[in-house]
Amino acid sequence: MGERIVLGPFNRVEGDLEVQLEVADGRVAAAYVNSPLFRGFEQILRGKDPRDALVLVPRICGICSVSQSAAAAAALREAMGLAVPANGELAGNLVLAAENLADHFTHFYLFFMPDFAREAYAGRPWFDAARARFKAVHGSAAAEAVPARAAFLQLTGILAGKWPHTLSLQPGGSARAVSAAEKIRLYALLREFRRWLERHTFGDTLETIAALDSADALAAWAAARAPASSDLRLFLEIADDLGLARIGRATDRFISHGAYPLAGTPLFARGVWQPETATVAAFDPDEIREDLSHAWMQGEARHPWRGLTEPDADKDGAYSWCKAPRLAGRVVECGALARQVVDGHPLARNLVARDGASVLARVVCRLLELARVVPAMEAWVQALQPGEPFCAQGALPDEAMGCGLVEAARGALGHWLVIRHGRIAGYQIIAPTTWNFSPRDAAGTPGALEQALVGLPADDARVPLAVQHVVRSFDPCMVCTVH
Amino acid sequence: MNLLWLQSGGCGGCTMSLLCADSSDLLGSLADAGIRILWHPSLSEESGAEALDLLAACAAGDLPVDLLCVEGSLLRGPDGSGRFHMLGGSGRPMIAWVQELAARARYTLAIGSCAAWGGVTAAGPNPAGACGLQYDGEAAGGLLGADYRSAAGLPVINVAGCPTHPGWVVETLMALALGQFDGDALDALARPRFYADQLVHHGCARNEYYEFKASAEKPSDQGCLMENMGCKGTQAHADCNLRPWNGSGSCTRGGYACISCTEPGFEEPGHPFVQTPKVAGIPIGLPSDMPKAWFVALAALSKSATPRRVRDNAVADHLAVTPAIRRTGLK
Repeated sequence: MGERIVLGPFNRVEGDLEVQLEVADGRVAAAYVNSPLFRGFEQILRGKDPRDALVLVPRICGICSVSQSAAAAAALREAMGLAVPANGELAGNLVLAAENLADHFTHFYLFFMPDFAREAYAGRPWFDAARARFKAVHGSAAAEAVPARAAFLQLTGILAGKWPHTLSLQPGGSARAVSAAEKIRLYALLREFRRWLERHTFGDTLETIAALDSADALAAWAAARAPASSDLRLFLEIADDLGLARIGRATDRFISHGAYPLAGTPLFARGVWQPETATVAAFDPDEIREDLSHAWMQGEARHPWRGLTEPDADKDGAYSWCKAPRLAGRVVECGALARQVVDGHPLARNLVARDGASVLARVVCRLLELARVVPAMEAWVQALQPGEPFCAQGALPDEAMGCGLVEAARGALGHWLVIRHGRIAGYQIIAPTTWNFSPRDAAGTPGALEQALVGLPADDARVPLAVQHVVRSFDPCMVCTVH
Repeated sequence: MNLLWLQSGGCGGCTMSLLCADSSDLLGSLADAGIRILWHPSLSEESGAEALDLLAACAAGDLPVDLLCVEGSLLRGPDGSGRFHMLGGSGRPMIAWVQELAARARYTLAIGSCAAWGGVTAAGPNPAGACGLQYDGEAAGGLLGADYRSAAGLPVINVAGCPTHPGWVVETLMALALGQFDGDALDALARPRFYADQLVHHGCARNEYYEFKASAEKPSDQGCLMENMGCKGTQAHADCNLRPWNGSGSCTRGGYACISCTEPGFEEPGHPFVQTPKVAGIPIGLPSDMPKAWFVALAALSKSATPRRVRDNAVADHLAVTPAIRRTGLK
């Protein structure tokens, strides 16, 4: 075994992250990902009134709190046997999409791009432009993107009272009906955000970006104008120079719970991408097990319906508070790239066919979702029918089970709720980063990030930039991971 | 002034809320006030060893920390070891870092109810041993102890809320930077009075329903949320309905109850959050300044005088009856 280095604190991610690398011959030979924070939401929830989940679970995470709300509401909805009226679905989709897109936006401008403005890249042809635009705290993008994000999230002031931590999302839909005048304001806010994206992020229409159908088409689009003409073009120039399409590959097995349902059909499809056959198979949640062999948790691998969260800080061989979910025994990756591959977007499929999952593919698919979802949101706002119901009503049963599967910005989020005697008897959460940043399982198979880091250059143990690019390409959310 | 921001056992939501500040350039505004961000986990360039070096310099006193902002509760478990939250890469519990840095800080701020009181992380059996910087729920003490004073002589400034409002944070930081904040600016729970001397009830868009006790009965109803839906807006200290969230919102405007998230112990109300506990049909948590008998008498009277418009709209999710247009004869 070669040198072992510990990286942390890992900032510009949500929550706490520590990465240990075994380095041999200047390259990462093995990686161990640790989430060094445990709060214990699954214990906090046990014994509570099931409706209290709507207050508590958003507080798992302040960056994707609505997705936690949406999963809890969906689990309660299944337990209550409710059907959501059309307005409720539209409003729910709008709130969740606002959060997911704000996350993609925050990730790109505040979390990911500032690494290219580091002095270590001085001398690269794109460096001066990257530094002026993306320097942490001081770059022009931080000054412009923060207020653009705040303005966009005014959608949630109308639709959800506030962000983060709303109680608007209910099992039966939304507790916040929208008036005709508010529809106009929502639409105006969306158009303002679209304009910002088209001017600064893309330098082109959202529809043009959404229609890019291959890596070649993307490259041709980028080459048509100067790199400095838009943030995406500048990123593509950097990615080309640094070979970001060829680092960060994990298993290429992708899952998506499917996102933004309307009358039974999601905007983005549900499924599992199988790299062996390059096809999408059905996603069967019964195939999930959470392995605890390398987590500071007691117990054996279980399905979340029967899962436990019992911390054991002294457990031998453990190195993370994160459990290791596996689908039919396999490591899977989730996120915007997974969502777009499963949904069949030609650009996502082509990027994966060419190089597999990569830093480039993950970042491009986040931006692709900005281009695909904003127009969908415009249509959802137009479809709202003020005066028609926003929320179905029903009673909580004393004995029931419910599963809520949604897509957070970072991918597949599942809540499994068991109600007994009118109280929460079991509540298990598998968050997107739990999938992506899981530790090894009993078979010794590393999690997705642990695989994606192997082989990277680790020549500068103090600031291993390639490692940082790969870690941040997943946009990790560690507070969700360990909850 | 040098600002150092740490996150412990919370959700990061107070930082995310801060980035929703309705200023045209939040980072520019802070810079204009003379606030320099030494390090913030979501914003700063320095990672890993660089960040640890910076924190060590602050802890040693080589780099002055004027504003120490701590977000998230402090995790003392398991068994007082603090191992439920180790600062990544440092091999040390975050509570040890916070104690060391707070001993140097000119001002120490608890950002959000987790850092102030323990917050939601301390709910249920409090599995992680969560507490606030200077409170453990309602009891003074917490991680730093009731007697803690920062170098400037103030207790921990509790910018409480779950999440905290971006305006509360920005205005507190700016008031400190401008030298316009002292002990008199704090209420009895060390919250900035500029927002904590208000009640959530003030400016609530449902006040007409409250006047007539025309109450919501189910989610999405427009009526007052106090009688049935668990709303504590008449008791919760905050200006949420005077100072909008995300442009125009608030909890009660969003269709749901105030859960009094600025108050210590809010995470364990002793009843389902969204259901009002009652005795003999009367809510037990009445407006804090109001004698119960008067409330009961007034409620009975106002209910009997409720206009049909208010009564019907209270249990609808949109205006079922619009106000009548009448010539008042007044010029």
